Amino acid sequence: MTLLLDSLFNGISIGTVLLIAALGLAIVFGLMGVINMAHGELMMLGAYTTFVVQNAFRPLGDPWRDLYIFPALVAAFAVTALVGLALERGVIRFLYGRPLETLLATWGVSLILQQFVRSVNWVLALRLGAFAVLFFGGWWLLSRRADWPRLKGWVLTLLLLLSTAIAAVGGRVLAQTYALAVTQPWFGAQNKDVTAPRWLGGGIPVGNLFLPNTRLFIIALTILCILGLYFFLQRTRWGLRIRAVTQNRAMSACVGIPTQKVDALTFAIGSGLAGVAGVAVSLLGSVGPNTGQNYIVDTFMVVVVGGVGKLLGSIVAALGIGIANFVIGSGTLALIFPNVPILTDTLNFFATTSMAKVMVFALIVAFLQVRPRGLFPEKGRTVDA
Amino acid sequence: MKLVHPPRADHEVAVPAAERDPSPSRKLLWEAGILVLLVLALIFVAPTVLSGFRLNLLGRFLALSIVALGIDLIWGYTGMLSLGHGVFFALGGYALGMHLKLQLPEGQIPEFFSLYGVTELPWFWYPFYSFPFTAVAVVLIPALVAAALGYLVVRNRIRGVYFSILTQATTIIFFNFFNGQQRLINGTNGLTNFQTLFGLDVNSSEMRFAVYVTTVVAVVLAYLLCRWLTSGLFGRILVAIRDDEPRVRFSGYDPTGFKVLVFAVSAALAGIAGALFTLQTGIISPNAMAVPFSIEMVIWVAVGGRASLVGAVLGALLVNFAKSLLSENFPEIWLFFQGGLFLLVVLVLPDGLVGWVRTQGRQLWVTVQLWRRRLANTSPA
Repeated sequence: MTLLLDSLFNGISIGTVLLIAALGLAIVFGLMGVINMAHGELMMLGAYTTFVVQNAFRPLGDPWRDLYIFPALVAAFAVTALVGLALERGVIRFLYGRPLETLLATWGVSLILQQFVRSVNWVLALRLGAFAVLFFGGWWLLSRRADWPRLKGWVLTLLLLLSTAIAAVGGRVLAQTYALAVTQPWFGAQNKDVTAPRWLGGGIPVGNLFLPNTRLFIIALTILCILGLYFFLQRTRWGLRIRAVTQNRAMSACVGIPTQKVDALTFAIGSGLAGVAGVAVSLLGSVGPNTGQNYIVDTFMVVVVGGVGKLLGSIVAALGIGIANFVIGSGTLALIFPNVPILTDTLNFFATTSMAKVMVFALIVAFLQVRPRGLFPEKGRTVDA
Repeated sequence: MKLVHPPRADHEVAVPAAERDPSPSRKLLWEAGILVLLVLALIFVAPTVLSGFRLNLLGRFLALSIVALGIDLIWGYTGMLSLGHGVFFALGGYALGMHLKLQLPEGQIPEFFSLYGVTELPWFWYPFYSFPFTAVAVVLIPALVAAALGYLVVRNRIRGVYFSILTQATTIIFFNFFNGQQRLINGTNGLTNFQTLFGLDVNSSEMRFAVYVTTVVAVVLAYLLCRWLTSGLFGRILVAIRDDEPRVRFSGYDPTGFKVLVFAVSAALAGIAGALFTLQTGIISPNAMAVPFSIEMVIWVAVGGRASLVGAVLGALLVNFAKSLLSENFPEIWLFFQGGLFLLVVLVLPDGLVGWVRTQGRQLWVTVQLWRRRLANTSPA
């Protein structure tokens, strides 16, 4: 009995991390058919935001510094939602109807983000700022001229070159004048530690079980996110629009739903949820530029198993995968069949965290033989596209 | 597809006879001629021009271009984006690596086993004593794994993005497996420190050159195989599957068989590439199965140009040379560059370099011809 409860709790706590990471991915995939490979990196940005907020709260002294987690949640959501919005407006909206290309483009974004947190320093940040101001400012100024369409190609090329050159030279000058103060990377390639607030330090003993507070916090956070998302999708005007576009994009556009805005909003929310997931992940271990990579494949599997368009699918899939991972990885199954040596040996062979994934993947492929469209597929004859 | 210039342009611009579409057989002759010239250049000229280090790099990149051909076959022609070709590449590499590790006197086992206290060779190593078996395994193991996985996935009409992320998950699975099993296959460290093949030193310059020539020949054979597969009825069915799979099904073809077959062929090519690459780098480790490497392979094809075999080879060579140059000089820029490359290719050059040359180059040619005519007309005779 204890064994069962223990597996259940640990499985659920693995599953909730997966779920909170997969939620944003799932709604974006449901809406646009787009898998965002940079989702893991958005989580990583959320985790780094937590790190920054934590350091900002540290000097405030005792009662406050342990409350950093709440502003961090808001900040992480805001930062990643903005990055997501920029990503959608800048890249993804040009690629609708080409899901495989979107996959590659977002992978490119993820590489850039990884290297960005490694090498970002004042010089790089100011260069980027200067470039953005010059390029987009110039664009904005010149686009009001009457002969803009004729000039467009040339102006954009010229602006691009000019602002790149100015930013590059400016950065070089800055770096030489102030040396280390501005060229020191903010985060560097090393992992950063986010210390969980002290009130999350302990745990609650239940019988023989010990439930760590961080895990409970993540479970509560996930439940909150699901409730919030559910409320947003089911009870608000924009939620209704999102659901409409998810079901039938062309028809929604016909009845006057601004599908472009819906896409942008959904992508921003999905990315924001990735940021919240990043806060959760930062409580579990140290945070590095590669943090996101550890989660992407598992969260993709949640989306594959869960199917498109239903939150419930993602929930069941994430918890299922989490429990399966724990039960196989901890060797609990082998304890259930102590009398069958071959089975025990096989199960013990898979009883490590990484080998459990091998087994779980095999189970997922087997599951897809029965339900190729996921747990809760859309009813009716949808277009096979 | 947009027609760049209508056929009537011939009359207006007076394109020289050689520029008009030659007859298919003449085109084929041209292609064969260029291919032979290139091979001769690679085998006889390249070794005299390039330093030993660069030649070795060229050999490695040529091996990688075989993977690119395979990926082009399934992605460019059939529309299946595999993010898991690193697995097949590494399986081929491991197969040959095991054979190379077994070049030992009777009764000895590879040295790394002693680290883990393993005294007896694991059973699955035994067949790799034989070179013929290894040669077959390099091709067949990746092909069979791909066929099994492909069948299970494709059978249920799982495709598009789903297919991609399932193949990506496969890389994690194999990575975990090979990474975790020290006692079977040396885990993280992979197989390295190869000594001899056929009783010859693998690091001698003659052997290196022989491997290089083998690689060139393998690239040509792979190219010819893909060329053969993509022309004719089979190739047209592949393209039809890419463009409209349900319609192919309604026309009475079952796409499953074609997709599984072409996926397996592509995996076999990746296996051959992996073996040749391993021979030239002297190491095969689970890193070849990690997620990033497999996606990198896709970008080679995207840069060169999808649905163009020449593009795939070209892309693999160009991107890898750029990578080795950049990461030698500015290691921190490489990821920015690679990420930018993904964005650029997808947003600006969706048909890659070859596609760009096909459309823009032709347009440029027409413009130049027009200008020449105009100049000739206005200038006093």
